[in-house]
Amino acid sequence: MKPAPFTYHCPGTVEEALALLAEHGGEAKPLAGGQSLIPAMNFRLARPTALVDLNRIAELSYVRAERAGLTLGAMTRQRAVERSAAVARAAPLLAEAMPWIAHPQIRNRGTVGGSVAHADPSAELPAVLLALEARLRARSAAGERSIPAGEFFKGMLETALGPDELLVEIALPRPPQRSGTAFLEVARRYGDYAMVGVAVVVTLDQRGRCSAARIALLSVGDGPVLAQAAGEILAGQIPSEQLLRSAADAAATRDIDPPSDIHASAAYRRQLAAVLTRRALVRAFERAGQGAVPSG
Amino acid sequence: MTPRHQIGEPVRRNEDARLLTGRALFVDDVRLDGMLHVAFLRSQHAHARLVSVDAAAARTRAGVVAVYTAADLGDYWRPGPLLVPPPPIPGLVFNACTQVPLARDKLRHMGEAVAMVVAESRYVAEDALDDIIVETENLPPVVDLEAALAPGAARVHEHLPSNVAAHAVQRKGDYARAKTRAHAVIKRRFRYDRGASAAIENRAVVAQWDARAEELTVWDTTQAPIPIRNGLAQMLGLLESQVRVVAPFVGGGFGPKIMMFYPEEVLVPWAAMRLGRSVKWCEDRQENFFATTQERGQIHDAELAVAKDGKILGVRDVFLHDTGAYDPYGLTVPINSQCTLLGPYDIPSYESEFTAVFTNKTIVTPVRGAGRQHGVFVIERLLDFAARELGLDRAEIRRRNLLRPEQFPFNNEILFQDSAPLTYDSGNYEPALDAALKVIDYHRFVREEQPRFRAAGRHVGIGVVCYVEGTGIGPYEGARVTVEPSGRVRLATGVGTQGQGHFTVFAQIIAEVLGVDVTDVHVITGDTREFHWGTGTFASRGAVVAGSACHAAAARVRDKILELASRELEAAPADLVLENGRVHVRGVPDAGVALGALALKANPLRGAVRPGTEPGLEATAYFGPDRGSTASGVHAMLVEVDPETAQVEIKRYVVVHDCGRVINPMIVEGQIQGGVAHGIGNAFYEQLVYDDEGQLLNASFMDYLLPTATDVPNVETTHRETPSPLNPLGVKGVGEAGAIPTGALFAQAVEDALAGTGLEIREIPLSPNRLFELMHEARGAAT
Amino acid sequence: MTVHVSVNGTGHQRTVEPRLLLSDFLRHELGLTGTHVGCEHGVCGACTVLLDGEAVRSCLMFAVQADGHEITTVEGLADGSGEALHPLQAAFREAHGLQCGFCTPGVLMTLVPFLRDYPHPDERTIREALSGNLCRCTGYQNIVAAVRLACDAPSPDR
Repeated sequence: MKPAPFTYHCPGTVEEALALLAEHGGEAKPLAGGQSLIPAMNFRLARPTALVDLNRIAELSYVRAERAGLTLGAMTRQRAVERSAAVARAAPLLAEAMPWIAHPQIRNRGTVGGSVAHADPSAELPAVLLALEARLRARSAAGERSIPAGEFFKGMLETALGPDELLVEIALPRPPQRSGTAFLEVARRYGDYAMVGVAVVVTLDQRGRCSAARIALLSVGDGPVLAQAAGEILAGQIPSEQLLRSAADAAATRDIDPPSDIHASAAYRRQLAAVLTRRALVRAFERAGQGAVPSG
Repeated sequence: MTPRHQIGEPVRRNEDARLLTGRALFVDDVRLDGMLHVAFLRSQHAHARLVSVDAAAARTRAGVVAVYTAADLGDYWRPGPLLVPPPPIPGLVFNACTQVPLARDKLRHMGEAVAMVVAESRYVAEDALDDIIVETENLPPVVDLEAALAPGAARVHEHLPSNVAAHAVQRKGDYARAKTRAHAVIKRRFRYDRGASAAIENRAVVAQWDARAEELTVWDTTQAPIPIRNGLAQMLGLLESQVRVVAPFVGGGFGPKIMMFYPEEVLVPWAAMRLGRSVKWCEDRQENFFATTQERGQIHDAELAVAKDGKILGVRDVFLHDTGAYDPYGLTVPINSQCTLLGPYDIPSYESEFTAVFTNKTIVTPVRGAGRQHGVFVIERLLDFAARELGLDRAEIRRRNLLRPEQFPFNNEILFQDSAPLTYDSGNYEPALDAALKVIDYHRFVREEQPRFRAAGRHVGIGVVCYVEGTGIGPYEGARVTVEPSGRVRLATGVGTQGQGHFTVFAQIIAEVLGVDVTDVHVITGDTREFHWGTGTFASRGAVVAGSACHAAAARVRDKILELASRELEAAPADLVLENGRVHVRGVPDAGVALGALALKANPLRGAVRPGTEPGLEATAYFGPDRGSTASGVHAMLVEVDPETAQVEIKRYVVVHDCGRVINPMIVEGQIQGGVAHGIGNAFYEQLVYDDEGQLLNASFMDYLLPTATDVPNVETTHRETPSPLNPLGVKGVGEAGAIPTGALFAQAVEDALAGTGLEIREIPLSPNRLFELMHEARGAAT
Repeated sequence: MTVHVSVNGTGHQRTVEPRLLLSDFLRHELGLTGTHVGCEHGVCGACTVLLDGEAVRSCLMFAVQADGHEITTVEGLADGSGEALHPLQAAFREAHGLQCGFCTPGVLMTLVPFLRDYPHPDERTIREALSGNLCRCTGYQNIVAAVRLACDAPSPDR
């Protein structure tokens, strides 16, 4: 389990990195935290001929809380996000999800941008970004663009990024007043990829009705899945246990078409999706309204 | 002051400082000048005809020193030895097909070695694997045990008429008659699927040929360095004394590091001699999943004939055992299953028939528990179902069937894996059951707490199971004890260590006999230059067999010390006391002589050694038990199940264990805790998943799930000591105990948590997914 | 490529292939074989070392990436002769927190920064901190006990 040979480049700036990617014309792979790429290389499942190591690009590592929301440099270590007071304040959903990502040794090295660009359907961050309506800033030698999370994740390990494009920043808009969030997942073991996970953002209006609900599920498709039918059931309604249950059931039956693998069958994934969505919605609505969801 | 008794104390381990500071030598730590590195090309197919292997391109790659295929091995190519011949069971069928060093003609399991690349680095060796062109014709894979026996099934070994590796029937009493008298006959099918031993250290072999001294040194992660030395000498045409095998610190064994004569073990020393350079091979984790032996695949059709009062009248069990592609380890695993099923119970009639089946999967050899857990699973589950049918309490039905103390030694009338009759040496089972029930507060839980939980909508269940474990089998081990002039004592013994604390436990035994401090006993294990008689570490036998040899050798040294000291101190040996590294006359502690001084006197440079005596304070002794000693225990557990997610939380885990006299309770508890964790892994996390093509689907630690710190509970251990009459220390083995009853217990407790749903668990391993499916099926059956 | 690293306070310079894993670099280039390799895909944790004081998997980094950084391995825990034990190592010995000892260096290197950040953890927190290190021998119980013992012991910095 030793990686195949490659040429190694270690640029100090985004400009240099983009030039290297352009120069290799899609043959070079950006190396972020390496916590998914290097295992794949050790198994020789991935054999990039060139690596462009982003770890010395200091300008890509930051957490900034601004009026419009929170921005994260793509090379910010997951551990730094997990420990950031600004993240805890401005994006509690992200803060809640961080400890679910593998183990501290992985998060010390893994980066937010690396995880997002890798787009593993079982990963936590893509679903969180989808629920939060994040925007992903990408740069290439040709210029820069901002991609909504809903358009960024294209499929199994596939994103909207071009071969010579780098994800440089993640922007999380500030959620409206009276919003509540929750993240839940069930994995085989603590720190494993989830069998199913869910990230929920709900907002209540002045009269206590649900004005918006975004439910993003992970590990139930070839990327993070936004549960639209479930969201529609909730919209405009006063949350109740019964309502949340029907929304959760809709998420599990109408919004997803989960895969089967050795850890979880599709049927079990649907069951987990229903249970976790319901539990996460209860928690999120409680947080939004700061009180228990009424039964009935 | 030195404590007078070293045995029975939780003495801190002598080996720990080296391990904790990173100074301990493991095989992969061996660095030699000019050392070459090996990678193996392995079969991608479960079953295929091997048409050709073309290594020409690989041989020309820069940095590659040699590439070997089966054709390059010449006369050295030969199937490995049959390590454990089967016991003389009447009517036994046994077809020995042992593994080959490199596949020739046929590929019989995924990961079977096809070619060996020797290169300047492991990185380059792996690069060269891509250069080798292998042409194959795929054959239908033999994966499922029942399909393997169907007429017309593809055969793993085509010279045999079928995939039957072995067939054996053992009987006790008259089961057919017992059945006619039964109030109820409980009949079920049980499945136990494959798992990996998954020691954190993979296997490794380093070989160095010293052409001037004509000596071969092999560092090997083996549990049995002496048989490996002897076998290598024979294969390579060397004297046994020309071969030194060192098993230094070994990072966990659990069975598969036993004396397999793995292909890598056979080829690396050969290559080192042939190339005249040191050669290292370290297995990587992926290889470990294919090339290191595995265990556990069995299907049982079992029935229990039981009287109205719950007394067992008899058991009949017919089972299939998956032996994988080859069967070098004979029938140890299925015979353990067959024998251990009888458990601590008085079972008057027993009929057990098994068929071992060749499949296109990795070879099966013992893994911690070595088939015992299957037997325990079958009998314990049958008792649970019988209790339900008869309206009896689960603990009570066990109590009614336990052997009583006056029944020992108890002859079960069938043969054990060591070819000796399965006779339990000693035991006292009912107090152990009582102790476990008391610690977990079984009756109060069932009477008061569980109804409360249920009323609150919580699914909390309890389980209690009993088991025995045949341990400490022969043939023998030896030990050499030497008092050095420094006063320190040196022990050399043949059994290697894989973490069991031999450096401490053996030291305790010797320290007690010689009156020295445990830290003054320097233990050397697993180096054939130091000691070359013995077999190895398996079957929970280290402390029993090698420990007894240490005791015997120390006793002889003690006699020498007393004889010499009695002349020096002019006192009768009976009046002498060994204490604090000195000998003194009883009652006169100041007038004595240090052991080191005596050692010096015993090896004089001038003068004469008295006729009839030997120089030095040294003795070698051997110990071989007539048969194995039978340890026993009771495990109990509380679990809570979330029926919505099928997640299981273990709330308490109680062990009452009897391994005879305890040498070091700290180490015994550690063995049990580790065994329980292994058992929990088997029960709920670990499963080697093969698809219909014989492809292993989860050959990584990402997907093969070892339990982590958040998955295993604290184990509450109680020791009971029923000494074994079979050895001077009265000890029994403990290495495997924790892992043996766990599956049965987990099934029972989870089923109890979900009582009333119609759920019946007849298989291990479970998983949340499988539990969800079973709950779903039970609901479907109920409606 | 040339790598300059400081390992346990000693500077090293080597020329290596870019693909050389940090774990192999430490073990085979520098001879610091206390860092063990168990899976080479980042799950078992045996190869855990400190990179600038934080625990990382050395099998999931290339040696060239460590250029200019400070690494601490198990050999660097106990100061001086190697005879004295770090308080955490001493606690492991006292509590029988190791059996075969193969996973132990990685466990120790995980726990050192953990105990720096959480000097008085509860059992659940300890177990979560350990969950990225596989141990096949101990069942973790005595590792947890060792951590608790170490929490009561004086810190090496005091």
